[in-house]
Amino acid sequence: MSGDSRFLGLFYLSPYIIGLLIFTTVPFVASLYLSFTNYNLMDEPVFTGLANYVKLFTNDRTFRKSLWVTLVYVFTTVPLKLAFALFMAVILNYKLKFINVFRTAYYVPSILGGSIAIAVLWRYIFADVGLVNMGLNLLGFESVNWFGDPTNALFTITLLRLWQFGSAMVIFLAALQSIDKTLYEAASIDGAGKWTSFVYITLPLITPVIFFNLIMQMVQAFQEFNGPYIITQGGPLKSTYLLPIYIYDEAFKRFDMGYASAIAWVLFVIIMALTLIAFWSSRHWVYYAGDKRS
Amino acid sequence: MTEHVLSHDASTVGEIAGVRAREQRRHKASIALRYFLLAAVGLLMLYPLIWLIGASFKTNSEIFANPGFWPENPTLDGYIKGWQTSTPYSFGTFFLNTLWIVIPKVIGTAISCTAVAYGFARFDFPFKKVLFASLIATLLLPNVVTRIPQYLLFRDLGWLDSFLPLWVPSAFAGDAFFVFMLVQFLRAIPRDMEEAARVDGATTWQTLIFIVVPLLMPALISVCLFQFMWTMNDFLGPLIYISSVDKYPVSLALKLSIDTTEAFEWNRVLAMSVLALTPALAVFFLAQKYFIDGISSGGIKG
Repeated sequence: MSGDSRFLGLFYLSPYIIGLLIFTTVPFVASLYLSFTNYNLMDEPVFTGLANYVKLFTNDRTFRKSLWVTLVYVFTTVPLKLAFALFMAVILNYKLKFINVFRTAYYVPSILGGSIAIAVLWRYIFADVGLVNMGLNLLGFESVNWFGDPTNALFTITLLRLWQFGSAMVIFLAALQSIDKTLYEAASIDGAGKWTSFVYITLPLITPVIFFNLIMQMVQAFQEFNGPYIITQGGPLKSTYLLPIYIYDEAFKRFDMGYASAIAWVLFVIIMALTLIAFWSSRHWVYYAGDKRS
Repeated sequence: MTEHVLSHDASTVGEIAGVRAREQRRHKASIALRYFLLAAVGLLMLYPLIWLIGASFKTNSEIFANPGFWPENPTLDGYIKGWQTSTPYSFGTFFLNTLWIVIPKVIGTAISCTAVAYGFARFDFPFKKVLFASLIATLLLPNVVTRIPQYLLFRDLGWLDSFLPLWVPSAFAGDAFFVFMLVQFLRAIPRDMEEAARVDGATTWQTLIFIVVPLLMPALISVCLFQFMWTMNDFLGPLIYISSVDKYPVSLALKLSIDTTEAFEWNRVLAMSVLALTPALAVFFLAQKYFIDGISSGGIKG
């Protein structure tokens, strides 16, 4: 099809290009500009230079708390979720009957997990006299105050994410199933045990997928909103007040668009920096079999 | 290696048999352990959902007294009263609103993403590399950073409190993930049929509709299903843009109902949660192949 006009491709891309400009590029630049202004929706934005950022880092305890909680949340949830997803994928990757039944069962929560109905359910099962505490009592344990205690409250939000390990697991499982079985046979002839084969064959071969899941889960986790907004409303003592909720409150409850944009940019820079670190480090730990990527 | 084994005497053969038997026992133990773990985790994972269904038929006093699934005095009270809500509108209105958000959005996504993916996968044009890089960048760009100016844009257009802010960005291939997924899929399809059609005088447009789209169907169905699910689950979008209750989708209506009936009418909220989850669950079970395929292909090639 090389005989076609050079611009035919651009014609098919035109919705994307227009959308990219109007809904992504311009807002992206505008939000950087807004972050240097004071803008309350009523009056025109007033340029205030670095004032918003100075206030954020020197005179805003809520921001410091919220930033800390967000980092704790992301750095516990993402590794736990990936480790658990990989563990379950390894167990599933075996000649088992009903493998599809299990795969489906584990995948259902990822399909539903982001919905408000599930967040509502979480409120009920972790309530003082909710399902989880009833279960703990049956097993002879004391009830846990899930939403009253700051550490526990964040943990319930983490659990909601962990519960949705299925999508990451399906990706891991597909990668595991594509590994050439003769590699394991060769290794076992050379006397390698299961654990050795896992560490030296399986892990290196699925590093591209680990990398993909890591980036995706991280970007997602930094933007967690529904869970904490519905389940704990950011409390108690702001212990689940993740940055996206803070941004939402500043922008759409207090109508402080400039300040909210500044927080959004701090969050963006953190996500960007971590993504770049991951990409930069990937050349040292991500292994592409027969590397011929273009 | 084989020669080496053959040259051994009978006692080693016996030893090998012993090792085999031990290995087989270990193999069986490993399988049993796997099944046990899988079933235990599966039950733990699904029990909250199972409990939810049971609890929606329980009386309010039983919900926090009985950890079992089966209601002692089954009642439809939660469904009947929950459906009516404390607003002038019933959940029927909220379901119709959700549908009215979802369907145009899915159609817009399918059409725009197909055209764009076709452009990327089958044509050479200026700035192709830059544009494809922008697609990946959008994929990783956190929405949080563009949300406020988007809101201001839609406000200036007079689109607040309408479904337009939810529909329009998707109709411009705004969900980079889907474009990416379709491009990957298209790259794996041989071009022979398309080239034959072009030789026979079909335009690229006809080729796209009559040859590419049918071949692309499995991936396109995955795209529609994912968009359906994500839009059904979307909460923040409607929360920001929709303000009148008569336009509320189910997600906002549920939030409203926990705010208004929280303190005592638990079974209403739980019953409406069950209903809110039903369309997504039904679609998932009818078409789970497409979900699993979609997610694994998108992931592997990422």
